Amino acid sequence: MSVVDARDLSLRFGARVLWENLSFALEHGELLAVLGPNGTGKTSLLRILLGLLEPSAGSVRIDGRPPAETRSRVGYIPQQRIFDRELALRGRDLVRLGIDGHRWGASRLSPADRGRLERALDSVGASAYANAPIGRLSGGEQQRLRVAQALVSEPTLLLADEPLLSLDLAYQQIITGLLDAHRREAGTPVVFVTHDINPVLSMVDRVLYLAPGSWAIGKPDEVLTSEKLTSLYGTPVDVLRVRGRIVVVGTPDDHHVHHVGHEH
Amino acid sequence: MFVDLLGQHFVHNALVAGAIVAVVSGAIGWFVVTRSASFAVHAISELGFTGAAAALVLGIDVVIGMIGGSLIVGLVLGLLAVRGRERDSAIGAVLAFGLGVGVLFLSLYQGYATEATNLLFGSIVGVSDRQVLELAVVATIVLTGVVALYRPLLFASVDPEGAEARGVPIRALSVAVFLLLALTTAEAIQVVGVLLVLTLVITPAAAAQRLTVAPARALFLGIAIALAATEGGILLSLAQPWPTSFFISAISFAVYAVARVASAHGRS
Repeated sequence: MSVVDARDLSLRFGARVLWENLSFALEHGELLAVLGPNGTGKTSLLRILLGLLEPSAGSVRIDGRPPAETRSRVGYIPQQRIFDRELALRGRDLVRLGIDGHRWGASRLSPADRGRLERALDSVGASAYANAPIGRLSGGEQQRLRVAQALVSEPTLLLADEPLLSLDLAYQQIITGLLDAHRREAGTPVVFVTHDINPVLSMVDRVLYLAPGSWAIGKPDEVLTSEKLTSLYGTPVDVLRVRGRIVVVGTPDDHHVHHVGHEH
Repeated sequence: MFVDLLGQHFVHNALVAGAIVAVVSGAIGWFVVTRSASFAVHAISELGFTGAAAALVLGIDVVIGMIGGSLIVGLVLGLLAVRGRERDSAIGAVLAFGLGVGVLFLSLYQGYATEATNLLFGSIVGVSDRQVLELAVVATIVLTGVVALYRPLLFASVDPEGAEARGVPIRALSVAVFLLLALTTAEAIQVVGVLLVLTLVITPAAAAQRLTVAPARALFLGIAIALAATEGGILLSLAQPWPTSFFISAISFAVYAVARVASAHGRS
């Protein structure tokens, strides 16, 4: 059985149609990159998978169950958003919320859960600063803690919404490396929303490209071609391969899609 | 003289009432400070005053009016759940109008002006046995709520996006925390008065967060600071007949100032 089974999803906001009849399945260990310009419903797709948004039509099953029932088994990594400098919270408190943040009451962690917490901190290399005030850490360190929070619940599915945004190249590689290692070892499929395919190009199994009013899914070599994107957008689009990187030129807002020479 | 006073029943009542209010204020304070909701506390307490003034005019129990006023504002603020600048001005607008209405009620009230003064500045030494019981009942409700909601409320307060993704009902919790805050405020008003509620709800928790970043430790430390300020303030006002509220706010602020200086050295 597929981990994710999305069938005939449609999403409309009023008269605006974002996509129709979107179907895909996700198997164990698979990494799906979701690409496309702003306003094509990339984040909305994640919210549907989290059961926070109802699709206008169609259905989603995660391990055979509706998303609203599986939320506590889904790891979510949001866009990097800096914590307030004065926030009275340690990194380990943030990660711990991935274990028991949704449980009522104020009970202590069981010894087994404490072990999971320490292993999660260790797996992202955050043990050394786990007791420091979180607002004083760098953006990359904070994002590693968010990854640990998503992994600590031993999720059946990982969802990441632009997790690399505003991180420097070294931290981008650390974060993608962590997700890649986890899906290989634990078999957890990953849905990775990104505006730039290049940091994850070597590990992507399939690409879901959302364009205004249409979509395509397939292996990167099948979807990220001049012909395919030209037909998706309905205007001439060029896909160039330069030194192992993919650069898309000619989309209506191509500075949003794949940054050319995007190295910070 | 001081020792004689310690044997008096009204002093015992004051100390017990102060302790109850301090524990509740310190406990909810951690969440209020983390959510940057100081201004909301102020609004809730001033509208608690409006409710109390309305109760005076209508001839019903002042505490009922105070709790009613606080709860209505707490509910409205929780439902609005707007953030940042918008929230700031929305609270300001509601607060100002509510106070205006309170002034009207006071002018309509024909009784003693001391009742109004007590509301504004507190009247801990006049607490009756029945009031102590009422305080204990409301405090039990608030503390039960804080314990039951502790984890999800912590999650929603520090990481709303992550919490929402895990299915934590962040809107409902936002309403819940404001309702608990409203009950706490109605308690604190009876000890320190409308204008000084912040000294028990905000200052101790803010000081505690300066001293430790571990949430549970900071929460208990906040309670301890609120207790020290309240009980210390009551005892000092027995030795030196200045207003109890002054001593409470002075101790609370002194701890806060020391905590800021200490943390500035420790963190940097």
